[in-house]
Amino acid sequence: MNNRLKVLRAEHGWSQQDLADRLEVSRQSVNAIETGRYDPSLPLAFRIADVFDLAIEAIFLRE
Amino acid sequence: MVKYRSPAIRRYLTRLAVLMTLYMVSLFGAVTLFRNDMVGGPMAWVVAVVPALPVIGVFWAVMRLLVEEPDEFVRLMHVRQSLIATGFCLTVMTIWEFLQNFELVAPGHGGFGAAFFWFMGLGVGALYNWATMGTTGSNCA
Repeated sequence: MNNRLKVLRAEHGWSQQDLADRLEVSRQSVNAIETGRYDPSLPLAFRIADVFDLAIEAIFLRE
Repeated sequence: MVKYRSPAIRRYLTRLAVLMTLYMVSLFGAVTLFRNDMVGGPMAWVVAVVPALPVIGVFWAVMRLLVEEPDEFVRLMHVRQSLIATGFCLTVMTIWEFLQNFELVAPGHGGFGAAFFWFMGLGVGALYNWATMGTTGSNCA
């Protein structure tokens, strides 16, 4: 699944660690999601959407 | 770079330290008792099994880590690592068993039992995670 996490993070001026702290996950989790190696669960996807104040479908895209 | 270490990992490391200490003490005690012929009868069975209990405890600690780890990606890494360890251990023990069945290797295992190969398999699993996911899954540094 593709996502806009890296772009959104850059727009906010956040590092991977900054986003990880906001999501209460490891930096490696953010990296794995960002690079498409790991698709988050629905609860984590909602948390990511909440952090960016966007809908899930505005962050995660169908391939 | 901040090292990720959840309370679950800290608990796991504490449990591991306690269990390994118990293992060393119980193994030293059992070896001393048997070498000096200080134990026999049903008690010998008990003394022989006692060092196995902390090793079984490590299996329990790993399973608790899988249950308690809050980070789903890190948890996935631990699950993959444990599954690879199980597969590695079963593979080695199965091959060894057949080699023994056909009398190509001597009976017994020289102290290297299933637990040894499962723990070795955890290392193989960590390497596999690193190669395929870019992290070992051990502490996500």
